[in-house]
Amino acid sequence: MSADHDELRDPAPPALRADTTIDTLGLFCPVPIIRTAEAMKRIAAGSVLEVISDDRVILIDMPAWCRSTGHRYLGARRSDGAFHLFVRKAEGART
Amino acid sequence: MTAETGRRVKAIGLISGGLDSTLAARVLVDQGIDVVGLHFSTGFCMNDHRRALDRPGEDPRRMRNEGLRAGADLQIPIEVLDAGEAYLKMVLNPRHGYGKRANPCIDCRIYMIHGAADYMREHGGDFIFTGEVLGQRPMSQHMQALRLIEKECGIEGYLLRPLSAHHLPPTRPEELGWVDRDRLMGISGRSRKEQMALSERWGLKDYPQPSGGCCFLADESFARRFHDKRQHTPVDAIRREEMILLKVGRHFRLSAGVKIIVARDASENQFLARFAGLGWSFEALDTGSPLTLAEGEPDEPTRRLIASITARYSDRRNQPLVEVAARHGDMEERLMVPPVADATLEGWRI
Repeated sequence: MSADHDELRDPAPPALRADTTIDTLGLFCPVPIIRTAEAMKRIAAGSVLEVISDDRVILIDMPAWCRSTGHRYLGARRSDGAFHLFVRKAEGART
Repeated sequence: MTAETGRRVKAIGLISGGLDSTLAARVLVDQGIDVVGLHFSTGFCMNDHRRALDRPGEDPRRMRNEGLRAGADLQIPIEVLDAGEAYLKMVLNPRHGYGKRANPCIDCRIYMIHGAADYMREHGGDFIFTGEVLGQRPMSQHMQALRLIEKECGIEGYLLRPLSAHHLPPTRPEELGWVDRDRLMGISGRSRKEQMALSERWGLKDYPQPSGGCCFLADESFARRFHDKRQHTPVDAIRREEMILLKVGRHFRLSAGVKIIVARDASENQFLARFAGLGWSFEALDTGSPLTLAEGEPDEPTRRLIASITARYSDRRNQPLVEVAARHGDMEERLMVPPVADATLEGWRI
């Protein structure tokens, strides 16, 4: 299973735009997830967070984190050697 | 429901993502209890290190965060907490000592359960649970240790071990009727047959193997380097980066003040390159070469020796002389050295 495989499995819709973006380039697990959780606490329900990461395994961890917390994983795209992952904050999410 | 508040009972659990913590959480979820999992990032997780190296062809499943995977499987929220500097201090000065390797298992449990208690005070919760199994691990999971951990954390009566509950006195959550003791388990010992049967019954098939194999502190090779570091550096002066470097490469102690790390492959070269600015680094020129980092202040003869060791692991190891660059900040010196003999090398290996 390659990172590209995961990316193709959950491609973000091309028109999707984020309300807030965080840059976690150069950071490895689990720091990007910790930063994502912190950022989600600061945005309103329904808003979309974009997480930029160069850690390919985040394509496994982010959907798992979303399934556990109740937020909605919207997919990822690749640009300039980095992954851009999109998450919509759920109403009444568990964390 | 709690009798006092009429709301659902909430349990805070330590979730490594291993089979035991996953099953412990599942036991409580099945009783209708709200479960929040805490996953501590200690800096000593092998999965996290594989991820930082990201060797070509490495299966991403071997690098995923197992706590998040467990949370997704069980549909319970997972909070990932950075254990940070306080954890490192504990690892370097464990009050209850080390196990067979560099594993301060009792202090580690106390640290995490303290953390869970703090989390519960801040975010609410009725009790704490873990996936500990009586008699499974020699240092931290015998009866005396389980009692000690609970006592030192100041949460006596409010720490539930669902998998071994029938071997332990009833906790307050059981006495208060928040948890049905009859639906808890009576597992003990090192065999994992019962846990595997439960996982089969509940369809939990995607858990890491082997159990407990993810912590560098319990690794023999890491432990040798760890104790060498403690022996040669004042413990209070040991930084987090030095701990990170213990996970990578071949380590050789050349003197009380000088140790070197020689990368084993391109991924380790890349990894070590991030730390090359901290002191002397060595690289054979115009050939495939490991990056070698030196800790301490090597004098000129020692730099020649380090160059010889670097040459030994370069692609020109069979040549009589190899040119090696030794760099420190903006300074570079070039050394023509013979690759060191393997028999000599072994005396310095940590």
